[in-house]
Amino acid sequence: MSSNHPGLSNNFSRSGEKFSWSKDNLRSIKNIISKYPKGREQSAVMPLLYLAQEQNNNWISIECIETIAETLNMPKIRVTEVASFYSMYNTRPVGENLVQICRTSPCWLRGSNKITKTICKETKCEINDTSDDNKFTVVEVECLGACSNGPMIQINNDFFEDLDEESTKKIIDNIKEGKPNVIGSQKGRRSSENA
Amino acid sequence: MLLVLKKAGEVQKMLNEKDKVFQNLHGFQEPFIEGALKRGSWSNTKEILSKDQNDIIELVKSSQLRGRGGAGFSTGLKWSFMPKNTGKQHYLVVNADESEPGTCKDREIIRNDPHTLVEGCLIASYAIQATKCYIYIRGEYHHEYVQLEKAIEEAYERGFIGKNACGSGFDFDLYVHRGAGAYICGEETALLESLEGKKGQPRLKPPFPAGVGLYGMPTTINNVESIAVVPTILRRGPDWFKSIGVENNTGTKIFCISGNVNKPCTIEEEMGIPLKELVEKHCDGVEGGWDNLKAIVPGGSSTPMLPKNICESVLMNFDDLKANGSGLGTAGVIVVNKNNDIAEVIERFAHFYKHESCGQCTPCREGTGWMHRMMQRLVRGEISPEQIELLENVTKQVEGHTICALGDAAAWPIQGLIKNFKSELISKYNKKLKAS
Repeated sequence: MSSNHPGLSNNFSRSGEKFSWSKDNLRSIKNIISKYPKGREQSAVMPLLYLAQEQNNNWISIECIETIAETLNMPKIRVTEVASFYSMYNTRPVGENLVQICRTSPCWLRGSNKITKTICKETKCEINDTSDDNKFTVVEVECLGACSNGPMIQINNDFFEDLDEESTKKIIDNIKEGKPNVIGSQKGRRSSENA
Repeated sequence: MLLVLKKAGEVQKMLNEKDKVFQNLHGFQEPFIEGALKRGSWSNTKEILSKDQNDIIELVKSSQLRGRGGAGFSTGLKWSFMPKNTGKQHYLVVNADESEPGTCKDREIIRNDPHTLVEGCLIASYAIQATKCYIYIRGEYHHEYVQLEKAIEEAYERGFIGKNACGSGFDFDLYVHRGAGAYICGEETALLESLEGKKGQPRLKPPFPAGVGLYGMPTTINNVESIAVVPTILRRGPDWFKSIGVENNTGTKIFCISGNVNKPCTIEEEMGIPLKELVEKHCDGVEGGWDNLKAIVPGGSSTPMLPKNICESVLMNFDDLKANGSGLGTAGVIVVNKNNDIAEVIERFAHFYKHESCGQCTPCREGTGWMHRMMQRLVRGEISPEQIELLENVTKQVEGHTICALGDAAAWPIQGLIKNFKSELISKYNKKLKAS
């Protein structure tokens, strides 16, 4: 059932399991907090949300928020506010591969609509849906900042650029088959040089 | 006379390779320390840091470097607003939240030539007496974040930054803070809020960040490109920088060209290169040929579009674009040809601004949604000439009535559309009316 982008919803939910930091993350947290002045630990809320999301299968549960609030000694509502304001914190579970398709004009002018269609078809997802096998969540997003390489998509941390229908299908197929993908330009460009 | 010659496009030469600040913009060389040293980064930083702080500010001022983030304010002048010897912690904050649709220049600097930025941070911080600097990078740029962290680590290892940076006696720490998908955090005071661990909602000004900025301390916020060109300006001298471009529009500039061109690209060129030359020479022309050009958005989504007749001769600098009713902005050039509906290009921008409004000011929060709904109807040919006028009127009520410039940025593209293509929008309506 499609609702909205998982990063844009304000409906947080409980996972039902206690969230406590992993050992590695406890070390990272110390490091992160040291980047900000004493008494300004709240500055670490965004990096800690990222850490929590990574540890919690790519979404932020109410338990995550509670743990972060406790770690940084800040009110839960302040953490919730931040988690809901920024679109990169997912407020509900997403598939293993979060596929974000840029829909803004520069990509649209170069055919992002076709890319969306291809992805929806190949992943069997509507926009904002997660596939039945939990492999993919597909969303449309605003400009991702790779306009000279449009149309482009982001899958988890990686950008895939200079796409057409064929290369898009190939990327999705590779993920399905567990094969590695080439990150960046799909037309063999090094970056955004004229080529 | 010079202007005329340049407009003719005959005398203008492409920017000399040796005058490019970013020798590795496209990443064909090693991006990290070994490559950076070969490209001249860090070569005499200690000597630069031995200059008086005010002298550095004066040198940058005299280079006429104007901020590359969109507003085009003199970088040196901005630095001079910082109070001196306050005994407080000063901060430099670098805005790497590149999110303006059409813009992807800072990305190339960060991933392919990160030491230009790291060195620039050190020098700029020294000039404004800031011993700490934060680089705020947009969350989606994960790969770029990793590259930048690595470059910073290298600089620490070599003693270029940290305690007694470059042996200068100046202690300097540099940190990276990741955003998380909010365009508004590119607005400088929203960025500060975000860095303080809050929602990115812009602050009222005054007080200005130079007085009361990050954690209430004196702060300067600069764009990545503005900071990354500083080491080269100081090495080669302000006169060299000024010799490129024209008065008050000096130096080199990175342009990002996207949309309906045969070969979209990002390129460093002379400030003030004719727009037509940029498209024809560097991008192999418009898809379907120059005559198939509909309009060009010259400086990122916020800047009003230019119709073809202006594109023929306009120069890509702050003043000439302003004189032609638009602006250089971030130099994100979005080309639209006749195969696409120009109204939908703007409708998508309107969707973008609706999505990115932080919700703080009523005219923007309500206005961006309303304008987007009107734009959707306009694309379908469902709004009458009177309603088009109403839409234009509402854009003017949003513009200038909000804390930050997002309201303006949402209004300008629509105004540009109506100004240049009103008759076309009306005939769209008439056609639809006839059909029904």
